[in-house]
Amino acid sequence: MTWDWSAVADFMPRFWEGVLLTLQILVLGSLISFTLGLVWAIGFRAPTRFVRWPVHVFTEFIRTTPLLVQLFFFYFVLPEWGIQFSALTTGTIAIGLHYSTYTAQVYRAGIEAVPAGQWEAATALSLPAHRTWLAVILPQAIRRITPALGNYVIAMLKDTPLLAAIGVLEMLQLSRLESASTFQYTEPLTVVGIAFVLIACPASLLVRTLERRLVR
Amino acid sequence: MTAGLWQNWVLPGIWITVQLLVYSAVLAATVAFAVGTARTHRSRAVRFLAGFYTEVFRGTSALVLMFWLFFVVPPLLGWQLVPMWAAVLALGLSYGAYGAEIVRGALNSVAAPQREAGIALSFTPWQRLRLILLPQAVPEMIPSFCNLLVELLKGTALVSLLGVGDVSFAAYLVRLATQESAQIYTVVLVIYFVIAFAITRSMKALERRTKANIGVVVK
Repeated sequence: MTWDWSAVADFMPRFWEGVLLTLQILVLGSLISFTLGLVWAIGFRAPTRFVRWPVHVFTEFIRTTPLLVQLFFFYFVLPEWGIQFSALTTGTIAIGLHYSTYTAQVYRAGIEAVPAGQWEAATALSLPAHRTWLAVILPQAIRRITPALGNYVIAMLKDTPLLAAIGVLEMLQLSRLESASTFQYTEPLTVVGIAFVLIACPASLLVRTLERRLVR
Repeated sequence: MTAGLWQNWVLPGIWITVQLLVYSAVLAATVAFAVGTARTHRSRAVRFLAGFYTEVFRGTSALVLMFWLFFVVPPLLGWQLVPMWAAVLALGLSYGAYGAEIVRGALNSVAAPQREAGIALSFTPWQRLRLILLPQAVPEMIPSFCNLLVELLKGTALVSLLGVGDVSFAAYLVRLATQESAQIYTVVLVIYFVIAFAITRSMKALERRTKANIGVVVK
């Protein structure tokens, strides 16, 4: 079998569509995971165990079960319960929820790394809870956790092809459709594989630089 | 869910998931030790090759690699790969790259005088690795390998997309047969959770036993 450049050229317009959709899933998924992760992290520190315990069990369950099965669960089960979203929305929510359980651990480590004196100072100043979190704790924690969050964005990028399983037209799904119509599997799949390396490697370098700058 | 569906699909599916986990964990551990030790090698060329391997396999998606190994490589080489083995190869090579970083970190964490003592005793590099570095590095690796094993377990679900009859594929078949999704997918999620729980508990016991030898208390 020989490499066919014309097959690559034919695939390129669809490939760019896939790249754009992958990036869109990545941005929205990251936003969901960063926001929900913070909610879980604050839940871990709730004063009552009736909040802490369910949050622990839920995040542990989501973290130890496969994203692919969760995608199928959301895609096939939610409509049975009368909740209907498009494949793209379902996939983005599922990936955001899955990674929120990882980012929650990152937030937790960052929050625990803030010295106890900072909490005590906030208490001494009688700051209300929301001011303590927003003005004292989070600004210090976020500096420490930004690089680790970046690593999870890269991990999320590599999990976006799973959305192909529920029919989202991201890079992998488009390459499969292209292959099915032309019977040429080598070129589209190789282009997609290389694209992942080309996006992930500079991104991981960027995260490493960020780590050196922020964590000193 | 009827007993027939459970016996015909779900139980064999669990068995295939466990087999996949074991085969790919063995391959990933082998790759991790080979590439991880190569990353601490004296030769710059060996270090570069090992680093290149790690960057490429950590940079690409395991699913894309699996498809590539199944659809692209066999025609290029002129042979056919069974989906199960394409999956094992993809998971082993991909997670082996993550494991290599764990091995490298643990080997580098062994104090420098330990290496120097080995050199002073005229040990060969292989003897230094086997008798001095690995016995001290392995207990450090266990918690990270436990996480990697759970990640690998979750990665095995990808094989259902190649039609390998693992527990996720069983869920797909049961859904088609019964038109009922909630029950089967909840059961499958719980199955993964139970296997992951068993892994973390047994790895914790292993860690406790290994570290007891060097006087570290594991909570």
